[in-house]
Formats: sequence, C-alpha cells, structure tokens
Amino acid sequence: MADTATQKPVPVTVLTGYLGAGKTTLLNRILSESHGKKYAVIVNEFGEIGIDNDLIVESDEEIYEMNNGCVCCTVRGDLIRVVEGLMRRPGRFDGIIVETTGLADPVPVAQTFFMDDDVRSKTELDAVVALVDAKHLPLRLKDSREAEDQIAFADVVVVNKTDLVTPEELATIEEIVRAINPTARIYKTTRSGVDLARVLDQGAFNLERALENDPHFLEHGHEDHVCGPDCDHHHHDHDHHHDHHGHEHHHDHHHDHGHDHHHHAAPSAIHDVTVKSISLRGGEMNPDRFFPWIQKITQTQGPNILRLKGIIAFAGDDERYVVQGVHMIIEGDHQRAWKDGEKRESRLVFIGRDLDREKIEQSFLACQANG
Amino acid sequence: MPTVAPFDIEGHVIATHFLGDTPFFATAAGELRRLDEGEKVTPLHAGMLTCIKDPFSASLLTGGEDGKVMRVAADGSTKLIAEAPRKWITVVAGGPQGAVGYAYGKASIIVLPDGSTKEFSEERTVEALAFASKGLRIAAARYNGVSLHWVHTNTPPTDLEWKGAHTGVTFSPDGRFLVTTMQENALHGWKLDGKPGEPRHMRMTGYPTKVKSYSWSPKGKWLATSGAPAAIVWPFSAKDGPMGKAPLELGTRATLMVTCVVFHPIEEVLAIGYIDGMVLGVRVSDGKEALLRRPGNGAITAMSWSANGKLLSFGSEAGDCGVIDIAA
Repeated sequence: MADTATQKPVPVTVLTGYLGAGKTTLLNRILSESHGKKYAVIVNEFGEIGIDNDLIVESDEEIYEMNNGCVCCTVRGDLIRVVEGLMRRPGRFDGIIVETTGLADPVPVAQTFFMDDDVRSKTELDAVVALVDAKHLPLRLKDSREAEDQIAFADVVVVNKTDLVTPEELATIEEIVRAINPTARIYKTTRSGVDLARVLDQGAFNLERALENDPHFLEHGHEDHVCGPDCDHHHHDHDHHHDHHGHEHHHDHHHDHGHDHHHHAAPSAIHDVTVKSISLRGGEMNPDRFFPWIQKITQTQGPNILRLKGIIAFAGDDERYVVQGVHMIIEGDHQRAWKDGEKRESRLVFIGRDLDREKIEQSFLACQANG
Repeated sequence: MPTVAPFDIEGHVIATHFLGDTPFFATAAGELRRLDEGEKVTPLHAGMLTCIKDPFSASLLTGGEDGKVMRVAADGSTKLIAEAPRKWITVVAGGPQGAVGYAYGKASIIVLPDGSTKEFSEERTVEALAFASKGLRIAAARYNGVSLHWVHTNTPPTDLEWKGAHTGVTFSPDGRFLVTTMQENALHGWKLDGKPGEPRHMRMTGYPTKVKSYSWSPKGKWLATSGAPAAIVWPFSAKDGPMGKAPLELGTRATLMVTCVVFHPIEEVLAIGYIDGMVLGVRVSDGKEALLRRPGNGAITAMSWSANGKLLSFGSEAGDCGVIDIAA
C-alpha cells in the first residue's frame, strides 16, 4: 500500500437540493468553466447535463444499513462501488462531486465517506452543499422533511433564484435557513452563479480546516458572512442572529423575529421547521469529563443529531481541540495552538431534532474544569 | 527457487488469467495485455471494471465503464456480447452452454449462445452473479441475501435471506454450498442440500477488513479468503461445511493484510498475495511457506495459475506484474 498510502485523498463534494433548485446548472458550470481542475461527477440520472464527459457516472441510490444494530448507520452501496472504480484511475480527476436526487437523504452519502474503510482510505469528504430555490423553499418545507434535512446537513447553503423573490422574502428565506442551520455559510445568487471557490475545496470535514473560517464560530461581523451578488440589502439581518449566539435557535424564537421584521413575508414557513440547533458555550473543559460525555450524547442521541461541530478548550492544554460529527460518528483532534489573546472557551453546536437543550447544556457545562 | 519474470505496466491491474499457457493482464484503463511470443495489447474498454475467466470455456469475460460486455479468446480475438450504453458493467459471470450473465442496477441479464436473452430483476441492486456448475442456474447477490434463478424456467426464484449487503457470490465446486462476501467484514454461507429443519446458515466472521478475494481448493475441500493478516481458509469437506469449526490461518504476517488468494489447480497449495506486493506459496497440509515474490510497489490485486500449475501470474494496484515459474 506504500503507493496509495502516500496519495493525497481525493476531495468529495456532495451536492444536494430539491428538483429545480439549480443543481444541474451548477454542475454544468463546474464541468465547463475553466478553473484548471477536473471533476468526476456521480449523478442519479444523466438528465439534463448537456456535457458528454466520460467522468460522469450514473448510479442508482442504494442505501445499506450496517449490521451493527444502529438504525442511523447507513451508507450508500452504489457510491462504494463507483468510488472504488474511479479510484483505480486516480490521475484522471482532482475531485469527485456526488449529486443527490431532490428527495435523497444526504446522511448516508456523507457517512459512506466515514464508515467504509476502502472509501475512507482514498477520499475525503470536502463539504455538503445544499442548493435552495428561494421562491419555493417555504412550500418545500411544508411538504417534505428532506428539504429541511438538506439544509440542516449542509456546510454551504446556496440560496438560488433570488431574482424571483422580493428583498423581504429573501430576508425571510435567509432567516429560515439560519434557523435550521446556524453554522452553514450562506451565499445568495441567481442562475446558480455562486463563485465556485465558495463551493469546492472547502475542507468542511477536515479537522484542521473546519471551523477555522466558520463565521458563526468566530466573533461577530465576519466579512465573509452571507455574501452574494445582492447581499448588500441585508446586512441588518446579520446582527440580530449574532446577538443570539449561545441561544437555542428554535422556531418560536425565530417566529417572533419573523413577525417583528417581516410582516409581509411568509412567517408561516418557519413553523414548518422541525430541525433545531443548540449552540453551547462554556469555559475550559476537563477532558476526563468531556470525552465520556460526548461519547454518551452521540451514542444516546445519535439518531437525532444531524451534525455537530465544536471547538473545545481543555484546561492545561495549549491547543484548540476540534470535534465534528454526523449522527453517531464523531471525530476530534487538536487543531492548532491557542493564539495570544484568544479567549479560551469551548463552543459546540448541535443540529438535530428532538434534542433536549436544557439537559444537554447542563451536562455540557458540568464538564467544565472548574464546574 | 522460483524465478520471477517481471512485466510492468501502467496503472492498476484488475485481473490476470491464463488462457492455455498465455498469461493475460487486464488494466483499469481498459487494456488487455498478453504475453504470447512477446507482448500483445488489445484495447478493450474505455475503462475496464471487471475481467473474469469463464469457468466453462477457455475465454475471458469483461465489463467496462463503456457499458460493454466482451468475450476474449486465447488468441486475443474479441466479441461483443452485450452493450448497455452509459451503464457501468461491474458484474459479469460465465455459465454452462456458453451463457453469459451481466448486471447493472437491479437487473441481471443472461445472454444465451443463440443471442436470445433472459432478464431477472431484483428489488435491490445486483452486486454479483455466479452460475451453478450444473444446470443453468444463476445466483444474484443483493442487499439482504441472494436470489437463485433457473434460467430456462419461469418459476419464482429461491430467495436466500440474510440481513446485510452481499457484494460477492460463489458456489462450492460440488454445488452443495453457496457463499457470499459482505459489505461488513464477514462471509455468509448457505447449505443448499440441507433437509428441511437442518441448519443451513454459516456465518464466517472475525475479519479485520472486507473480504475481496476468495478461492476454492481444487476439490472444493477448502475456501481460502483475503481480509486478514493471514489467509483465512475455511474447511468445507464436512457435511455441514465450516459450521462449528475454526478456519486455518496460513501465511500469517504480523500486520500486513492478505489482499489476494488463489488455489493451485491440482495441489492443495495456496498462493497468497499481500498488501505490500509479496507473494507466498503455502501448503495447506503443514503450513509450509515458500517465498514466491518479494514485496513490490503495491498491493497484489490479482493472481492466476496456469492449468498445469507451473506458472503463477500476478498483478498489483501499482501496475507491477509478472509471471513466477514455480518449477525453475
């Protein structure tokens, strides 16, 4: 394995979004624009991709439950097989893009890249990108859970077709997305015209890079936050979200905002949100308490947790410790030394359903070194 | 001492087989190279995904990213058996009477020598196909089990159920057992000739990685497998196969995984290929080992014996191949 072991893992971008959200347009841009990189694309149907390219592979969604008794331990058998085939000729492309159907669950797709040893040894999940149709999102949220899951699970949310809605409607859409997923980077665009550098090569699952540029983990007013061709109308929107760092972004709370700020938008859409996030903030942690706690939480609450991300300060440890997880899968590592003047605090965000905020927060705070 | 004639080619070698005394090497890029009075190259597929030796004839069967299923004769001549445009053909199988099976998605298709076809569809993706040695019967491995179809009758399939994803399938040479490799690190087996009420399941577990290579001993007494830092060899001579028995571990190396196994065609001697490119020959009866090839550039992905058992060809994921002369 000497040769393969030294090969750099190939980055994989997962592209989700409802039918009509603009995935095909974005894929066509990735395949045709000159950015100096070649991508292998795994699609469910060739459909409207008008480009003839032998690196486009059709694959039928095939979900496998792992035989370990865990209901959320699912992988995509078809991807295991296609990735294995592609990786026998790794020199042909720089990255892999997996396009999912509008109704696909992004979780088994992502878990394939953690749970299958063969796939994991040769590839690296780069980011999950969700395209959202600004015009139809409220309707989608009403009639399906998948639309919400796709946003909740994403690292990057591209709000597309912004020209079809009013600035007020767009602000509401953004608020909904933020309510579902406070850690995702959001870009607003038309005709899937997002800068490809914001979509590809994000390193969102790379523990060294993850969270480093994550606006909602950094202090307020990060310049990179929610930018798109027409982002200039909406900066008022940012601040009130930031003010609620450390608060539960559940629907009641946002519902109020909807009424306060956007009377004429569609406040009802936010009622349809069932995913919520819990943002925790604490001081320095005792590792002997924290690790058993996070193990237990992910074991017992795993099925309800879509994503978790965190930066942990351990007492007596000069390095930041980063964690990230998908359902029951959790990874953690030291990332870098704390900088001079950087506040040594621990932050953790859970995105999921039916999570008991009070219980989780209390038990988290009990892991503090001085707690 | 065995001598190795190296033969290095570009890219991942997915298979090697002997047709007569001619060794063939199949590359992931789609070429078939053979050593027949010098090197001969046949471009076969735009990306080759599988290349097997037809157990019922002196030919190879291949499937590619170009959706083609091909048959290749010993002289390198090729014949297009079927084509499914834009589908990846990862599964092909050779059957009695010139039948060829291939699969994509949930369908398995049998092409008969007269050109007629028969199609079976499963509820889930067909991951592997194998023909039984007697009668025109085909096994399709899928999620949660295997479906057995008689090709010439319209009777419903016999479904062998076992929870989990089955990714490979093989009949024992005597047809008494059916064994699958799984997505999890295990094999599963069914006793096909069991009387009603007799136990028929065989769980073969304990592997640290997935089992990707397996080989039956010449008379079917043993099933050797990869997936551990030794070849794991299950006894199948008893009435109930390996049930309640421990497997042999041959060619144990502390942490280096076995990636490929293939039994000698006549003797109970196993060729074992490792992740570092080393190849050992090990006798089943006493575990005696002979070094056949020193470590190379990449994991051994394929090996094949000539019919008389004097030559062993091998290939790796890094493209270093060769032919080992055992008798030299």
